[in-house]
Amino acid sequence: MYRYDQYDQAMVDARVEEFRDQTRRRIEGKMTDDQFKPLRLKNGLYLQLHAYMLRVAVPYGTMNSKQMRKLAHIARTYDRGYGHFTTRQNIQYHWIKLEEAPDILAELATVQMHAIQTSGESIRNISADHYAGAAADEIMDPRPWAETLRQMTTFHPEFSYLPRKFKFAVIASEADRAALRWHDCALRIVKNDAGEVGFEVFAGGGMGRTPFIAYRIREFLPQEQIFSYIQAILRVWNRHARRDNIHKQRMKILVHELGEEEFTRQVEEEFQHFLTLKTDFPMAEYERIAAYFAPPPFETGLPEEIDRSDPDFALWVDRQTAEHKAPGYSIVTISLKPAGGIPGDITAEQMDLVADLAERYSFDDVRSTHTQSLVLPHVRKVDLYEVWKALDAAGLGTANLDLVTDIIVCPGLDYCSLANARSIPVAQKIADRFADLDRQLDLGELKIKISGCINACGHHHAGHIGILGVDRKGKENYQLLLGGSGAEDTSQAKITGPGFDEDGVVDAVERAIERYREIREPGERFLDTYNRVGMEGFKEAIYA
Amino acid sequence: MLELLRLRDDEPTDEPAVTLDSFLDQSNAASVRIEAGDDVRLLFPVLDRVRLVEIDFPKFRDGRGFSSARLLREAGYKGEIKATGDVLVDLIFFMRRCGFDSFAPDKPFDPEDAEAALNRWPHVYQHAADEWVPIWELRHGGRS
Repeated sequence: MYRYDQYDQAMVDARVEEFRDQTRRRIEGKMTDDQFKPLRLKNGLYLQLHAYMLRVAVPYGTMNSKQMRKLAHIARTYDRGYGHFTTRQNIQYHWIKLEEAPDILAELATVQMHAIQTSGESIRNISADHYAGAAADEIMDPRPWAETLRQMTTFHPEFSYLPRKFKFAVIASEADRAALRWHDCALRIVKNDAGEVGFEVFAGGGMGRTPFIAYRIREFLPQEQIFSYIQAILRVWNRHARRDNIHKQRMKILVHELGEEEFTRQVEEEFQHFLTLKTDFPMAEYERIAAYFAPPPFETGLPEEIDRSDPDFALWVDRQTAEHKAPGYSIVTISLKPAGGIPGDITAEQMDLVADLAERYSFDDVRSTHTQSLVLPHVRKVDLYEVWKALDAAGLGTANLDLVTDIIVCPGLDYCSLANARSIPVAQKIADRFADLDRQLDLGELKIKISGCINACGHHHAGHIGILGVDRKGKENYQLLLGGSGAEDTSQAKITGPGFDEDGVVDAVERAIERYREIREPGERFLDTYNRVGMEGFKEAIYA
Repeated sequence: MLELLRLRDDEPTDEPAVTLDSFLDQSNAASVRIEAGDDVRLLFPVLDRVRLVEIDFPKFRDGRGFSSARLLREAGYKGEIKATGDVLVDLIFFMRRCGFDSFAPDKPFDPEDAEAALNRWPHVYQHAADEWVPIWELRHGGRS
């Protein structure tokens, strides 16, 4: 993985000092809270219901064991012994003291981590395929581009006070494991007919209260021009977005108001201008960065066979491992969705264990996923049993990847000051209802996503089944949605009808799922059945 | 406290800045005021008679002025660009990089804070409207 040189380190260190200074000026009263707020947000520090929350960047979801141990240390020392992985591959801590925040940032800087631009109206952490560098179906590892673009979009002088947040993702395969087109800007690395590498560029996606799926703004952009193109997109948006209503300032709204054709025209015009400014980095810099992501020294001649005599292990292997590009290796997903747990939560002890396993069995490489789990990307098949035993002993052996209990959920009203409703208890009740693994396996791939308010951090628009918590006359009310997807078949879920109370929505989910079981055709996932029969095929059952 | 931070050596103009519309109508004005929503590109045909552009920040989180300043520099404008309004000292490093060279904040700067802010960053990652050499260039033999 990438390692900072003296320049990167100097920048992160300077950032820590800047924030220390800003915190001091706030405490001395030289700054109002209104002025301090955007500054702390640029360092990932939110004020929530009970305490400050710190969101630490995990660039493109990649960490090494030293970093994971530092995250565990921070959980133990500055928080309550756990952390929470988010839907943008970051980790956040929910019980932080303002006066300790600069010290935490200083600790992170010692392992080449930071919280830069993890919130606020800035270019956010760039997310990527969590199987990057391991997936059998990728045309190349997308992380070198993500790292190059991370640097280019860090402390960008023109684009640090944007109209709203700007979310960015990069993948390099047909399969979409990063919810690509739900981002403000999304890149898919492709090769053209001549074999040249470039980008398929999407713009204007986003969830929130006004969801839009990003449209394709460029079919093929030569790789060496990507920074000019991104700056052009940002400039058109920065200059022309509304500034009078925070709910209408995301780029997707401008795209919608101008129309895709006009937005594209303006971007292409600005792009031609940017090309004349010669701000693009040379390919030599990309290659310097790419060298850090060279494939690890995979062994050859490893056996493919896995001893499946332990049935629990066999079940876990079938569920939690994916095909690796190197023979004899597997990609392991560590579920952070145990029965009765909080999706995405992980204790300091579990983090330490994952760090040990990454170091010992996965070339010191561990990933976070936007679905709030972790990945050991390069595990020898002969080691799978040992890895599983260690995970299982630590409560990390759950086998439910992409099943009905593998739920994405935002922190909701249990933590978040924006939330209208609790989301964690709903996820727990659904997981409880479908706890029987045979039932889960029978239902197959079924992605439930739950948000506690219309900001949609829990990706409810992209759920095969989505749940949105709202406040209805002072009572928590839950809307049910069907038919969304964050994968390559991207689609936006639709509301079924009137909402439910907390227990009611769990029952309604079960009725929808039972309806699917009755009418599915062989091989159909829930989403396929929905796409075939539409809302009408489900509505009657849900509101029976 | 600093009510005006000016990083130019030439004599400042004392001519009051007029709105963009008035400026485009008046052939003798030399100072113009750009509001956050104004299209600074309208000035390009008459840039040779501009001595001062004031760019207003109605709220410090309204970043349109950053693009306006940089566009002026990209068009070859060499005169003064002054940031006015809700200009927080934490903005001035990025503002300089976008081409601002004077600052008249609503709330005067503490000179020490301004000094610290201008010298905050040891390096930069990108080219902008200034002379900084980005990190990638330093890595490949460039000199700062």
